[in-house]
Amino acid sequence: MYAVILILVRNKLLPVKAASVVPNVAESHQRKPKPGALVSLSLLQKDFVPFLLNFLREQTSQILTNGPSTPAKTPSSKAHGSQRTASERRAGHATSSRVQLFSQRTSVTTSLPARRGRRKGSSSVSASGRQVARDLGRSLAEEEDGKHDSVSWSGGRRKRSEVSLVSARSPPSQLNLNNLEEFPPMGAASGWTNKSKPSRRINPTPVSAERPLSKPKMCFTSTPVSQSPAARFSSASSLEAFTTVQEGNLPSAISNSLQEEREMLKKERYGISLDPGTPTKPSYTRSASLPAESHLVTCANPTKVSCKKQLECLAQLYSSCIAENLVPNIFLELFFVLQLLTSKGTSTAEDGDSDLEHFRSVHNCVYFAVQVLDYQIISHLEKGMLKLLAENERIASFSPALHERLRQAYESSTAKVSLLLPCSVQSVSFQPETDNRSNFPSDRAFHIFKKQRDIFYELLREWEDNHEKTGWDFERVLGNKIRAMMAHLSATCNHSHFARLFQKQLIQMCKGPIGGGASWGDTPDQDVLNMLGSDNLSRLKRLQERFVVPQSIRGPCPPPSFPGCQQFFRDFILSAGSYQFNQHLVDSLCLKILELNSLTLVEHEHSDGEADMDEQDEKKRFTVVLLSLRLLAKFLGFLVFLPYRTVEQPTRDLQDSAVALRNQTLPVLDVLKLLRQSIWDRRSILTVPWIVEYLSLVDHIAPFLDYYKKVFCLLLLMVLSEDKEMNFLNKLLILAVLGWLFQVPSVPEDLFFSTDVRQEGLMMDSVTSAQALDSVPLVDQQLLYTCCPYLGELRKLLASFVAGSGVKNGGFIRKITPTAAESLAPKHFSLEQVELAQAFFHNQPPSLRRTVEFVAERVGSNCVKHIKATLVAELVQRAEVMLQDKVKEEDANHDKLLEEVCAHLYEEGAQALIKGRELPSNFSLTIVLWLVVNLLSLVILPVKVLSSAEDIAVELATEKACGWLSANIAALIKREVRATFNRMLKVPGLPVPGEDALELRRDCPPGCQHCAPLPSQIINEIKDVLCVAVGPRDEGEVIDYVWLECLLGRLGQTLRCRKFMCPTSEQQLAKCTVELASLLVSDHVPLSLGIKSQEKSSERLRVKNNPTYGLLKMLLSVWKEDFGTPVPVHLIFTKKNIGYLAEVKQREWDLFLFMLHGLVEHELMRTSEIESCLHTLEELPWSSVSNEMCVYNK
Amino acid sequence: MKLTKAQYDEIAQFLGHVQPTRQSLRKLKEKFPSQSQSTLLSIFSQEYQKQIKRTHAKHHTAEAIETYYQRYLNGVMKNAAAPILLELANEVDFAPSLMARIVLERFLQEKEQAIPSKTLINSMLRDPSQIPNGVLANQVYQCTVNDCCYGPLVDCIKHAIGHEHEVLLREMLLEKNLSFIAEDQLRAKGYDKTPDFILEVPVAVEGHIIHWIESKASFGDESSHQAYLQDQFWSYWNRVPGESLMLLLAKETLLYVRKTVGKCHI
Repeated sequence: MYAVILILVRNKLLPVKAASVVPNVAESHQRKPKPGALVSLSLLQKDFVPFLLNFLREQTSQILTNGPSTPAKTPSSKAHGSQRTASERRAGHATSSRVQLFSQRTSVTTSLPARRGRRKGSSSVSASGRQVARDLGRSLAEEEDGKHDSVSWSGGRRKRSEVSLVSARSPPSQLNLNNLEEFPPMGAASGWTNKSKPSRRINPTPVSAERPLSKPKMCFTSTPVSQSPAARFSSASSLEAFTTVQEGNLPSAISNSLQEEREMLKKERYGISLDPGTPTKPSYTRSASLPAESHLVTCANPTKVSCKKQLECLAQLYSSCIAENLVPNIFLELFFVLQLLTSKGTSTAEDGDSDLEHFRSVHNCVYFAVQVLDYQIISHLEKGMLKLLAENERIASFSPALHERLRQAYESSTAKVSLLLPCSVQSVSFQPETDNRSNFPSDRAFHIFKKQRDIFYELLREWEDNHEKTGWDFERVLGNKIRAMMAHLSATCNHSHFARLFQKQLIQMCKGPIGGGASWGDTPDQDVLNMLGSDNLSRLKRLQERFVVPQSIRGPCPPPSFPGCQQFFRDFILSAGSYQFNQHLVDSLCLKILELNSLTLVEHEHSDGEADMDEQDEKKRFTVVLLSLRLLAKFLGFLVFLPYRTVEQPTRDLQDSAVALRNQTLPVLDVLKLLRQSIWDRRSILTVPWIVEYLSLVDHIAPFLDYYKKVFCLLLLMVLSEDKEMNFLNKLLILAVLGWLFQVPSVPEDLFFSTDVRQEGLMMDSVTSAQALDSVPLVDQQLLYTCCPYLGELRKLLASFVAGSGVKNGGFIRKITPTAAESLAPKHFSLEQVELAQAFFHNQPPSLRRTVEFVAERVGSNCVKHIKATLVAELVQRAEVMLQDKVKEEDANHDKLLEEVCAHLYEEGAQALIKGRELPSNFSLTIVLWLVVNLLSLVILPVKVLSSAEDIAVELATEKACGWLSANIAALIKREVRATFNRMLKVPGLPVPGEDALELRRDCPPGCQHCAPLPSQIINEIKDVLCVAVGPRDEGEVIDYVWLECLLGRLGQTLRCRKFMCPTSEQQLAKCTVELASLLVSDHVPLSLGIKSQEKSSERLRVKNNPTYGLLKMLLSVWKEDFGTPVPVHLIFTKKNIGYLAEVKQREWDLFLFMLHGLVEHELMRTSEIESCLHTLEELPWSSVSNEMCVYNK
Repeated sequence: MKLTKAQYDEIAQFLGHVQPTRQSLRKLKEKFPSQSQSTLLSIFSQEYQKQIKRTHAKHHTAEAIETYYQRYLNGVMKNAAAPILLELANEVDFAPSLMARIVLERFLQEKEQAIPSKTLINSMLRDPSQIPNGVLANQVYQCTVNDCCYGPLVDCIKHAIGHEHEVLLREMLLEKNLSFIAEDQLRAKGYDKTPDFILEVPVAVEGHIIHWIESKASFGDESSHQAYLQDQFWSYWNRVPGESLMLLLAKETLLYVRKTVGKCHI
């Protein structure tokens, strides 16, 4: 096939002829090959396509200075990259090529524009072969170092390598013909490798080996996990690789290092010695934009294009490959084409020694690019992209027709894509069904989990506040806290609960497009945003996007990463290092994935015109589900492959043994089955994107396992196959994610070309089921770009071109006028109303049946709830009373007691069933309402239909309620009674809580205005009285009698109005008043009689000359009449209070005796109780008291 | 009526280093006649608590405890009826209730030869007649009654105020016809931590959509707000996401209405 190109370009064959030489490819441009035809073409696909891609990359290598090098995923390339060693790096030989996107990125040496080595090592799965290739490559590089002088491709000047081990069969033409040998078929043995050798050396600029700043950057997929667990716990060393390198912003680090290297190269060339101590200033801006030297920018001129025919032919060939999905990643190719389009090579080499240097001039490159673009279906790109293309002056000058088409496509396009989506993040709501006490084995577990929930969010907030600060280290700050938490989880077996919370929070925070935003705390004040109104909000968003979205171009194939908040969850898992937690999390993730994957997402027939609303909803729903699935799958993949992760590609031997070992185990989640099923059901648009996320985190061995081989094979087949029914954008999304997957570092590089797809067949259900999704237009550009943010690179590339070329046409940089907030302030209410209205309309019904079912379900469950709240609650209350009595009698067997009481109640529980039968029909009004609300927006249904629907609903609801009740009523009663009982036992000290509770339910007296003094006020005032009584007093400090009398009166009012009363207040009041009484009877309260009392002296005299009697009487009456709780009058007889008495004179004993009589009279205490109290006091060593006892006893 | 920050600061400044006695409170009332007693008491208590927090540790060293206990013993030997503990507390600038607790703890420790349980201590403070020593019982009671910032009585008053405000709030919600779930219902559902009210239908207040309400019968000064945020707000937010309204109330005085958006901005 090389010959084909050779002939094509040298002999200036007509494209038509070229097409005939490569019939299948060329023809396939018009005719879609069937799977059978594909198989027969497999050889072609294997060999020709990679060759073509390599050829194009080679040819254009020097002209492309814009943007990062486009990797050409060819079998031979990565052997070098992945096997590079430190010594190699030290050698400072630039063996980089754009091929080695992932591994090279992380290495130090990248020399632009020197690109070579792709063909150096031959492709081979054999590790030994690779080793040879690598060694060979290195030695050759060393050998030729300095020998070679030219970086350019000006044919004749290029030296051919002298170290040919085998005489080249190809003629020593200017074209590098031994490519032919170096591009062996996939199965080729390593023998080929030995023979192959690079023919051409690009003299790399030596770069100082000591570069403190650009330490080797590793991709997280190659993080050492092999360290001992102890080491993992004690130090953050292993984590470092994760945290420092693969934080979501890896690309920026990469681009920095790239930029840095370029700077160094530049300096090196200019003979400036680089001080290793001086760090090159990292650039955060468009690191990969055009070079500073303006002379590089050349104006592409259509008239200066040479070899048009060949270029056209190549373009046609290339386009066909792309169109037929014969390339691993179509977007990669598109990126390459755009690079060509925007290339700014030197214009010096216009003399063109060789007719083979088709891509030497910018004009030719641009011409080729425009030709290729002409073949592509770029009209499906998003609007911003189309705009940039339409405004591209090169396209306009090279192909006015294409320009016109683009312009039209732009104008008609509505597919606006924002690269930045705001997301609102909230915590996970407490869900009683899963989170309340009954879900935990013990109180302890429940309470510990309560704490853990709080700790988890505390950690999250800490991370959120600080993780962007310099010097903040996840493991150092949070590691121990997390592990302590894990230990607690283990102790109480709460892992499953926590895993659920973790997973829910993960979805909550990260389902957004960019990992939930870098930090949700820093989102601007929602108030301000709300004030802007939606119109201005989108403007603000665009402005923000321009600030926030990095403009550096980092190529369309970034390695998998955990951007934004995902970082927290990943680091949490790593720091926790808990097997139990991981296992539970895996369970939880699998379950959720399976659940989401099997959701019915499309409810109705997609007929034209009708139900636009539903389609929108479905699309939205699909987006949410898809993004959630991808997120969950990524974390599942992360967890599943975590134990096997290695730094480097293992050697062949290690690989073989590992494969043998791991072939024995079953995967946690049967992705193969799910994938097959999804293809069969035509639901691959939902399944493939998440499986890709899952697989993107494979370790180096996994792709070689039998199981995953099959998975990859099936995926590959999907790329190659043609499903006519599949929606175009759906297909595009699948292609984009798969293309990306094939570029992921741990996926073997030769997989795309070498896999024999014949192993697997695509099995599709001949009947398109209702569940099918592939044909439904579900994917839009926004979702495409959300799933594949790297597609934005294309746009950035074009944008940077515009920005660099003097902004003749205004281009990308356009003013966004910020809006003042306050002028729009009144708007926010209408915004709310819109929100409310939206929420309301959300209940638009898909069908009558579903509504009825739903209503029935709700009504049924409401019936149960109602019965629970009435009948069962009543029964439980009675049980409580019964239990209270019995508990006092015998402290013996609580369980037995419970059984007895419950058995008593079961019979009455049967009533619930009768109620359950009656209730739904009582609910009928509700049902009708429901139906009306739901059906208003649909067709107007005849009354009969409605009433039948209602009947069905009632029937269903009854069935449901009774079914549940008959099965569960006994258990329910028992559970509730037990809970009440436990609560009852727990409440300490409170005398007879049952009565207490009953009493407290008292209502205010009829006509109560609730204007009595507040309990807190009364307690406060009584406290003041007690203060004065207990002392120390100020000189002459007294309490006004009338005031105190009034206070007691108000106390009565307060107690009678129940509105503000709570048990604690009432108990405290009771206690305080008893204390007050004790102090009163012992004359400790310094009362002052106001003028008022003198007036009424006659009355006073009647009360034994002492106003205290009046107060005591009031107290007795309040205790008796107004208190809901029992008053602890026995406190009067405590040592302390009797002690007050002991200090006083004879007169006050009368008060005490008055009190005792009063207590008996008001039935607050029985005589016998008083006697027993007094008897206990007799034991005390207070003679006076004992004496008085005698008096009383008489 | 809103109490301005300046007013609050003025009161707080006046309080400075006063003892938590009714005499101090009386002075306070004379100085700020326009404020209600409970408002002043609340501020007093809050400010005093801040002060105690700062000095708490120094009163709990082994030496300090021993000194206090010996002084108590000597004091009651001379005159059991004198307010020994109360005066001691005032002398060393410590809350009388807390002083009573220290001495009681020390006393029980000596008597039982073991560190007494917290529950026991608390129950004795609540009902001093349980204290086996009559003299100490009187002393303790005197302390707890006279303390207007700490102690079981004050706690009860605070609790009562909290409850009353909850009732008022509920009434207001009912009046405004808002649908809500109250704390007890939430607890019945099995929530482990509950705000006062979760609004079933969120409402908009000054442009904020409010999901739940928590009322606090205390003043929204910086530090207490922080503390509530720490203890309660996040706990609720962890369970019921959304904006909240923290009502920091004292009596009928609505002090600050704080809006809380995800994170709390003060």
